[in-house]
Amino acid sequence: MSSTISRARVPRRIHRLEPAALAGVMSRDIVIFKRYWKATTFSSIVQPTIYLLAFGLGFGSLVSRVGHVRYVEYVATGVVATAVLFSSAFPGMFNTFIRWQFQRTYDALLAAPVDVEELITAEMLWISVRAGVYGIAPLLVGFAFHLTPEWGMLLVPLIGFVAGFGFAGFGVLIAAVAKTIDNFNYVTSAVLTPMFLVAGTFFPISSLPGVLKTIALFNPLYHCVALVRDVSLNTFHGGADLIHVAVLVVWALLTWRLAVWRLEKRLID
Amino acid sequence: MLVSMEEAGSGQDAAIELRGVVKRFGQLTAVDGIDLTVPPGICLGLLGPNGAGKSTTMRMLTAQAIADEGTISILGFPLPRESKRARMAMGVVPQQDNLDTELTCRQILSVFARLYRVPKGERAEAIDRALRIANLGNRADTIVKELSGGMRRRLLVARGLIHRPRLVLLDEPTVGLDPQVRQELWSLIDSLRADGTTVLMSTHYIEEAERLADTVAVMSKGSIIARGTPSELVRAHAGREVIEVYGTPDHLATIERRAADNGWAHRRSGPAVALLGAEELDGQAPDGVRRPANLEDAFVALTGEMIE
Repeated sequence: MSSTISRARVPRRIHRLEPAALAGVMSRDIVIFKRYWKATTFSSIVQPTIYLLAFGLGFGSLVSRVGHVRYVEYVATGVVATAVLFSSAFPGMFNTFIRWQFQRTYDALLAAPVDVEELITAEMLWISVRAGVYGIAPLLVGFAFHLTPEWGMLLVPLIGFVAGFGFAGFGVLIAAVAKTIDNFNYVTSAVLTPMFLVAGTFFPISSLPGVLKTIALFNPLYHCVALVRDVSLNTFHGGADLIHVAVLVVWALLTWRLAVWRLEKRLID
Repeated sequence: MLVSMEEAGSGQDAAIELRGVVKRFGQLTAVDGIDLTVPPGICLGLLGPNGAGKSTTMRMLTAQAIADEGTISILGFPLPRESKRARMAMGVVPQQDNLDTELTCRQILSVFARLYRVPKGERAEAIDRALRIANLGNRADTIVKELSGGMRRRLLVARGLIHRPRLVLLDEPTVGLDPQVRQELWSLIDSLRADGTTVLMSTHYIEEAERLADTVAVMSKGSIIARGTPSELVRAHAGREVIEVYGTPDHLATIERRAADNGWAHRRSGPAVALLGAEELDGQAPDGVRRPANLEDAFVALTGEMIE
């Protein structure tokens, strides 16, 4: 068994978030993604197409404009945010729970030199990079429905990344507190569905009654939608857009810390 | 013993050092104040029945469980503070198969080569070496789901050896495997020690401990109750010889009563009553089959528990 491979070496100084640990965990995600990218890409194209057909053409025949925005533009940009939400919150919930509880992958990774914080951070980073990239899909579909390309759209992956990081963290947090995977139904129906509707995705929140309007302001998805719409349709609102950015950044940091904290409690006895 | 920072991780220290380690889960005390020193280069078998606290002890060594009391150091790294550095230097083979079933052998080894910081230039060679160890060279690109139980177990071992660790933790390495696969794994574990790797192996198979371990620590109800080489333990707790008396249930009951009255160490052994330390009973011993005492006799004498 002697070998030219050197014995395991231990550096004198190591970091709390080691790049090698993050890269190692993400390399696993990338291998799995390579296996499933076709299905992921298919659904990320088909879903916005259906939304655009149903809302854009169906609903759009009743409503031609929201404010100054053509309804098809309104929906195409709204669907970016829903794509980001679903492609990050669901993997955050399901992947975490399945890899931790059923596949015991996390047990294996944590026996290697990877801490819970590194593990969760890497998983969230990977999910949000993917969410950012796939967030563009609805815009691409939108072009087929006469959405006008704008330079600002190049910022959409970045917005999707930050918002996706927050939704991924939210998903991990839910997985960390859920007793069984069936508990996710409560979250999906009582949190994610209203979150996705009361966010200015398909109709403006200004048309909502007062209480809902206030709730919508605390909905991170609303800020994601508003920001995506402003950069994509070239309708910047300086101060308001800065607030949207701030909310998304705070949301991302908050869920990240909560997710790490809760899952650490569950993973380490 | 205090370990200065300069010495930490230098390889001069005990590979594993536990002092007064306690771990509780609510009302249950899973590990009840154990002291254990594993010097470098040996294979120490942690022998005990299910529920003795072996797995909890193993999890504390990777800081996946944190001790409530006591101190733990691995290769000179104090836990849990330096646990990540300790984990860089050691390899872990868990009891429960937690391989990524969707990945191929090579992909799994590649992920762990990164996690264990195998330098980029050595990764391909390290993976090939691990595949050789696991005897999976021709299955390198097969996904785990399609491997047999024995192959998966070998891959699990190879995964923990990808970085040539100085210390390997094996938690019940052959549980649930058929005899032939078990033999393969035993020779694999034996070759680790020949390579100078320290091994801590938990097991509830007497034969496994007897065959592989230089030193055995017997664990029962959260405590280490005896420690020594297998032959020392046998000699001290079961004597040289055992007489096994066979017969009807009535006869066996009579023998047991007689043994109890005379204060002879004895135990039920399947369809027989075994009298331990038979060489001391000359003249008075009932008729039966004489055989050399073994580790199982010592184990039962120590713990009062039956084991496989």
